[in-house]
Amino acid sequence: MDDYIVELSNVNKKYGNNHVVKDVNIKVKRGEFLTLLGSSGCGKTTTLRMIAGFEEPTNGSILVEGEPVEEKEPYERNVNTVFQSYALFPHMTVYDNIAYGLKIKKIAKDEIKKQVEAMLELVQLVGFDKRFPKQLSGGQKQRVAIARALINKPKVLLLDEPLGALDLKLRKQMQLELKELQRKLGITFIYVTHDQEEALTMSDRIGIMHDGILEQLATPVEIYEAPATRFVATFIGETNIFDGSIVEVKDKNVVVNLENGSVTGYGDNFKEGELVSVSVRPEKVLFSEAPIEGFELFGTVKEYIYIGSVLKVIVQTTNGHNVKVERLAGELLPEKGKMVYLHWKKTDAVLIHGMDQTFIKAVNEIVMG
Amino acid sequence: MGSKRHNIRSNILPKVFMVGPITLWLGFLIVIPLLYVLVMSFCGTDEYYNIVYKFTLENYKRLFAFNYLEIYAQSLLIAFFTTVICILLGYPFAYLITRKFTRKKAILYMMVIIPFWTNSLIRIYGWRTFLGATGFLNNLLMDLHLVTKPVEFLFNRGTTILGMVYCLFPFMVIPLYSAIEKLDQNLLEASADLGAKGRNTFFKVILPLTISGVFAGSIMVFIPCLGYFFVSDILGGGNADVIGNLIKRQFQSGNDWPLGSALSIILILITLLLVRIYQKLGGSMESLGM
Repeated sequence: MDDYIVELSNVNKKYGNNHVVKDVNIKVKRGEFLTLLGSSGCGKTTTLRMIAGFEEPTNGSILVEGEPVEEKEPYERNVNTVFQSYALFPHMTVYDNIAYGLKIKKIAKDEIKKQVEAMLELVQLVGFDKRFPKQLSGGQKQRVAIARALINKPKVLLLDEPLGALDLKLRKQMQLELKELQRKLGITFIYVTHDQEEALTMSDRIGIMHDGILEQLATPVEIYEAPATRFVATFIGETNIFDGSIVEVKDKNVVVNLENGSVTGYGDNFKEGELVSVSVRPEKVLFSEAPIEGFELFGTVKEYIYIGSVLKVIVQTTNGHNVKVERLAGELLPEKGKMVYLHWKKTDAVLIHGMDQTFIKAVNEIVMG
Repeated sequence: MGSKRHNIRSNILPKVFMVGPITLWLGFLIVIPLLYVLVMSFCGTDEYYNIVYKFTLENYKRLFAFNYLEIYAQSLLIAFFTTVICILLGYPFAYLITRKFTRKKAILYMMVIIPFWTNSLIRIYGWRTFLGATGFLNNLLMDLHLVTKPVEFLFNRGTTILGMVYCLFPFMVIPLYSAIEKLDQNLLEASADLGAKGRNTFFKVILPLTISGVFAGSIMVFIPCLGYFFVSDILGGGNADVIGNLIKRQFQSGNDWPLGSALSIILILITLLLVRIYQKLGGSMESLGM
């Protein structure tokens, strides 16, 4: 059995009629770096705040180390938060900020001193202890905020867009530092961000949220290679989406009829007649001069865009749909204006059920009683 | 050279026009009268209490008379209690209005501001008719047969402090409100997140970050308290005089203007001293509306 440190089951949050978090289920493994990714207003921060104890779920349960925490105040939970705005106490020095949690716990002075010094070393801020927050740069404030949370030895560290206010270069550096810190300490991190690159760089698993729903929770590779929903496919990286219906399923090879041709993908649990979306990454799309078995899709090479090591090719199909293709520069490629057939390795295409699975399940339940 | 002189003139002229009128206004209406008070405080009087322009320290010596010292002490005591009560009532009130929704907030805020716009003399007389021997409260108590003869509520230090608190409460609430309003809610969450309960958060985060509002409010309450003679006149009935009463008496019934001037100078010095302490504690003059 897996060892889960935080478990959210059917967690909902409503503000009046505004349903912000819808039936979210997350099981966070001990020691993992889990990121909640989504655009603003998708419910990721609200979810984090419910784990921290700043918001109460409307219904559903949250367990930390197997114990329900809904009734517990933030100070009774074994989690600590790093805030987006850092929320350092402006009237306290770096030392006092970091020592805050221990002072509240009334720990002996010299023990506090020892621990604060260790923390300053951990976040590379030795010698900054007497400074006030306003005398620090953004990156330094961030480190203080992390040290202030970590000194309480939380089981889980919650980070709400902690790098949002930093410039790109510093952000990249802090991403690596945070990841390194997490690995070194072995603490579970739950991280909220809207930056997909950040999520892909740092996370063991990513939960993608959209409109209050957790669309997919999986490793970065799975998210990219096997998006579970149409939203996830389009949200992470670039992709081409072809909508159609299944005409044939043979040995997991799924032939999909499109408006202007047909393509083949690969997958389990698909039935003939079902509506599907086929997602293919631009770098997986191949050209050919003659039709390939299972594919009947062609178009005109409309544009080449050179971006360093990669060439972006736009191919316009007969119904005006632009297909994005990425090829390595230097490859032999069809001339602009030429007609080409498009295909791909069947396993490179991701098939996504046309309608939301949960929706189908709900309909089935109603029909079946 | 010519152009340089032209530059200077064009720089000075706007300043003269903009700052000039206000300088004249301040000079005639504030600086000169105050200088006159200062000069007068070193003058004497003849037997008919006419001012004699001859240097003397007599007025300042008279300030140390025992009955005067008693009134200074009483005045400071009244100001102190008024300030403390204003803080104790004003802080929760100000905190409440920062937490309410906008509409309720506006209503609560107006409840403080509207009396503030009404003449305080009228409002203090209101208290007198309310608390007097034939006032509303006594009539009510008599009708309910809770007392057999009217209770003497008026004419003591307590009612004077009540009147002072009533008059000066807005001066405490306004700076407190603006200090508490600025408080970042994230800090309170951070404090709770780090293990602090409400009490700890209040004393370690909320209060230290809003103490400037407490200082500003205290200054704005304490100083007028020393001078609001009409409150102690109407509600104190001579039993709770403040420094303002002493000054007023010298300029009216006592007809001893030089002594009144010396008292005024002392009051100004006390004010300056308090503002200096306020600044030393890190208070900003902007919070006092300066």
